[in-house]
Amino acid sequence: MQKFIKFEKSPSIISCYSVVGKHEKEGPIGECFDEYSHDDTFGKKSWEQAESEMQRMALRGAINKSGLNNDEIDLLIAGDLLNQCVGSTYGLVSFDIPYIGIYGACSTCALGLALGASLLEGGMCEKCASVTSSHYCSSERQFRFPLEYGGQRTPTSQWTVTGSGAFILGKEGNIKIKSAMFGKSVDMGVTDINNMGAAMAPAAVDTICSFLQNSSHRVEDFDMIVTGDLGYEGSEILKDLLLSKDIDIRKNHVDCGLLIYDRFSQDKHAGGSGCGCSASVLAGNILKNMEAGAIHDILFIGTGALMNPMTLYQGQSIPSIAHLVHIGR
Amino acid sequence: MNKEDYNKYISMRAKKSPILKNCCFAFLIGGFICTLGRVFLDAYIYFGIEQKDASSLASMTLIFIAFVLTCFGVFDNIAKIAGGGTLVPITGFANSIVSSAIDSKSEGYICGVGAKIFSIAGPVILYGITSGVLYGIIYYFCTFLR
Amino acid sequence: MDIFLNYLFAFVIGGAFCVIAQILIDKTKLTPARILVVYVCAGVFLTAIGVYEPLVKFASTGATVPLTGFGYSIANGVREAVDQKGLLGAFTGGLTATSGGIALAIVLGFIASLITSRKSK
Repeated sequence: MQKFIKFEKSPSIISCYSVVGKHEKEGPIGECFDEYSHDDTFGKKSWEQAESEMQRMALRGAINKSGLNNDEIDLLIAGDLLNQCVGSTYGLVSFDIPYIGIYGACSTCALGLALGASLLEGGMCEKCASVTSSHYCSSERQFRFPLEYGGQRTPTSQWTVTGSGAFILGKEGNIKIKSAMFGKSVDMGVTDINNMGAAMAPAAVDTICSFLQNSSHRVEDFDMIVTGDLGYEGSEILKDLLLSKDIDIRKNHVDCGLLIYDRFSQDKHAGGSGCGCSASVLAGNILKNMEAGAIHDILFIGTGALMNPMTLYQGQSIPSIAHLVHIGR
Repeated sequence: MNKEDYNKYISMRAKKSPILKNCCFAFLIGGFICTLGRVFLDAYIYFGIEQKDASSLASMTLIFIAFVLTCFGVFDNIAKIAGGGTLVPITGFANSIVSSAIDSKSEGYICGVGAKIFSIAGPVILYGITSGVLYGIIYYFCTFLR
Repeated sequence: MDIFLNYLFAFVIGGAFCVIAQILIDKTKLTPARILVVYVCAGVFLTAIGVYEPLVKFASTGATVPLTGFGYSIANGVREAVDQKGLLGAFTGGLTATSGGIALAIVLGFIASLITSRKSK
């Protein structure tokens, strides 16, 4: 059974920090990110190193903001899109903190928060950090084509965000993680890598429905229902599918992939994706609004497409997953 | 909803690529590249190069232009609009080789550039040459029958 | 006037090849790599059955610059080589005929990897 985890010991987000690239800085919410690189290289020799540097900067920023020392943090939970999570491993090695690498594709941010909160709740650690990142250039190389290759994207395709978000979790803080739910992987037989929103939407539907069934919450209880990177296509499918189950989230739904870019003027097709997308938007924009008191309760649903190029070439469809965390003041 | 219905539903609602607009740009840019090839061809013939060599040289000139545009990072911007218009002419072939080489530089010159340079153009060469050999063998035996 | 017509034919036929590819990209699930393979093989096949040669006479670069023209060069090279050297020509002809373009592209690719620095997209 899919378990709805209600946290009694109020694990909370003590501080958060976001680092983004050039396109994200130029986007509609560009002002709210804490740090950025004007050329996406972050001063490094390769894109993979740039991604690692971004994670390092994000965690450094979050730790500084929290006023803690490195050795006060018991555990790092981090992930990215690269093979073997090298972005996180190489980026965070210098912190000398116990480390768990996780992979949840674009859902990694929500997965990291849910895991971290669970470990705090269980008393396995006092303070931990969750860091995630994605870099357009490194994931384009891994999943699609060389950067200079001339190709056309379809209207449903999404643009991997260059960004990273870090969160320090502890027990004293205004912003609480109230509950969480880990998703099941769902495969609806979608094989189109250029329509990831459609591949991920059913997983989001699955998790949202079980959450509403298992908790006493209703859609109206939340100021925002935030999905992490369904993009335009996936968001529309999500709203459609939920509506057919008599759940109407049209009023309070937002999608990180749609917030981060102006998808028309920035030519980003269906919007942003990648685990840096939901992480940087949550850290840079949504939690700051919550801190300021503009919003009180949100459902944050990270959705990820769990394929790799090899399985796609082998003709397999794209399984996807959605993890949910309920964050509130 | 089962998988089949879901896939029907998503392909029905997915916004289609603007095919008319894409085709217009593909036609104009692709046509332009071929015409440019003709200009070079005529020029080489004018300078006294034999027709067959001039034809090779014209293609090679286009390859060179694609190389320059790729190095300056503008080829992909043109291709975004042109689609098939830059893919199908020899420029697309050149771009796929040059872009692979640039991209794999960070893994070194042997395991990176050396191994990955044909990652996109490889299939074209494989099947082009193989079908050519096949044709040659068939042609060879056909000449006996005459 | 003749020159103008030459250019026009090259433009129209070359453009038409690109439009067919564009339709395949937009309307089918074929990836660009597959389309290019289809084009090269089609070029070899059409040349083999004698359809492509007249098109090249008519449109010149309009037929030789698209990748079907690559197949045309391969098939032509193979045929000439077989005429001269027999069965050995089936193996030497294709690469010989296209060597200029392939070699140039490879060398330029290598040079590009030497001289370019990374550019973010």
